[in-house]
Amino acid sequence: MIFLSLFWTFFKIGLFTFGGGYAMLPLIQSEVLAHGWLTEAQLVDFIAVSESTPGPFAINISTYVGTTAGGSFGAVCATLGVILPSFIVILIVAKCYEKFKESRVVKGCMAGLRPAVVGLIAAAILSVARAVFFPDGASLAVFSDIGFYFSLILFAAAVAAAFKKAHPILIILAAAALGIAFGYAFKLPV
Amino acid sequence: MFKKRLSLFWTFFKIGAFTFGGGYAMIPLIRREIVETRGWMKDEDILDIIAISESTPGPIAVNSATFVGWRVGGVAGAACATLGVVLPSFIIISLIALILEQFQALRAVRYAFYGIRAGVLALLVKAVWTMYSKCPKGMVSYVVMLLSFLVAALTKVNLLFIIAGCAAIGLISSLVFRKGAEK
Repeated sequence: MIFLSLFWTFFKIGLFTFGGGYAMLPLIQSEVLAHGWLTEAQLVDFIAVSESTPGPFAINISTYVGTTAGGSFGAVCATLGVILPSFIVILIVAKCYEKFKESRVVKGCMAGLRPAVVGLIAAAILSVARAVFFPDGASLAVFSDIGFYFSLILFAAAVAAAFKKAHPILIILAAAALGIAFGYAFKLPV
Repeated sequence: MFKKRLSLFWTFFKIGAFTFGGGYAMIPLIRREIVETRGWMKDEDILDIIAISESTPGPIAVNSATFVGWRVGGVAGAACATLGVVLPSFIIISLIALILEQFQALRAVRYAFYGIRAGVLALLVKAVWTMYSKCPKGMVSYVVMLLSFLVAALTKVNLLFIIAGCAAIGLISSLVFRKGAEK
């Protein structure tokens, strides 16, 4: 049952994500790829869409995966699933949040969770990098492929721009323009 | 009370509709709307919102909306604020999902995404670097970081176990080191 599966998967993702931004990426990646709801390339493409539209990544990706896997009702199930753990936990914690804030157990767990999220995202990025640089699977053939070098140089330039605090949307637009120019110049197969 | 809940919904709807980048990007907007415009909370409450949102599961945006909604208008207030913050994303992405696939069938769009993927990878690298620099440093921290990275990258262990395991390591080591400090 796709709707139940969407709800339950995103409920788990919501319950085990700590922190903002891309903290959710590792869980989304492993669950969504395992279910076959998106490919790695589709996921990367959607990150670009999410960066260019308002709203949190978590809600955007849940709605998107829900829609592609189960239509409008799928979107409702996935989004509700990802929100519900937050909603329930916050309502419980809010009543005793002074105690919660000072709790040594919570602080101890967070001391492990915060670095864990960094490590997990780094691993998720490694897997994204594989999909970006070796779209047809890793092989030596890639070194004779002009597209590989194009991606590599574009990536290096984009990292430099990102660390110089260029706006994400600007980076995406520039990368899109370069992709179009490169694609037509070298008549890439589509 | 009904009016208050309606304005909670509307306030968070606006916040959801106008923040790019989610979570933390939302905090200044929440502060302006909730503290300055509406006067529902005080400046020092904002620090509580961040602390609570960070140490409970789920996206920062949803956590902080639920928390503010509850403080201002109880459980129904929490529901209104959360629904408000989620709805703009939900509507926009539902529409985009309908056309994205057809859109990506175009040759120019496929070329565009060919470039975009390398750009997105760069944004992710920047994001993980920012998270690394905000993360508390220390022996346990580095060990957990390396351990979670290696296990996730090299094995097929379910991420939920890695996350639970790292929380346990953090908890145990904080108890052990505290005991050590007392001696």
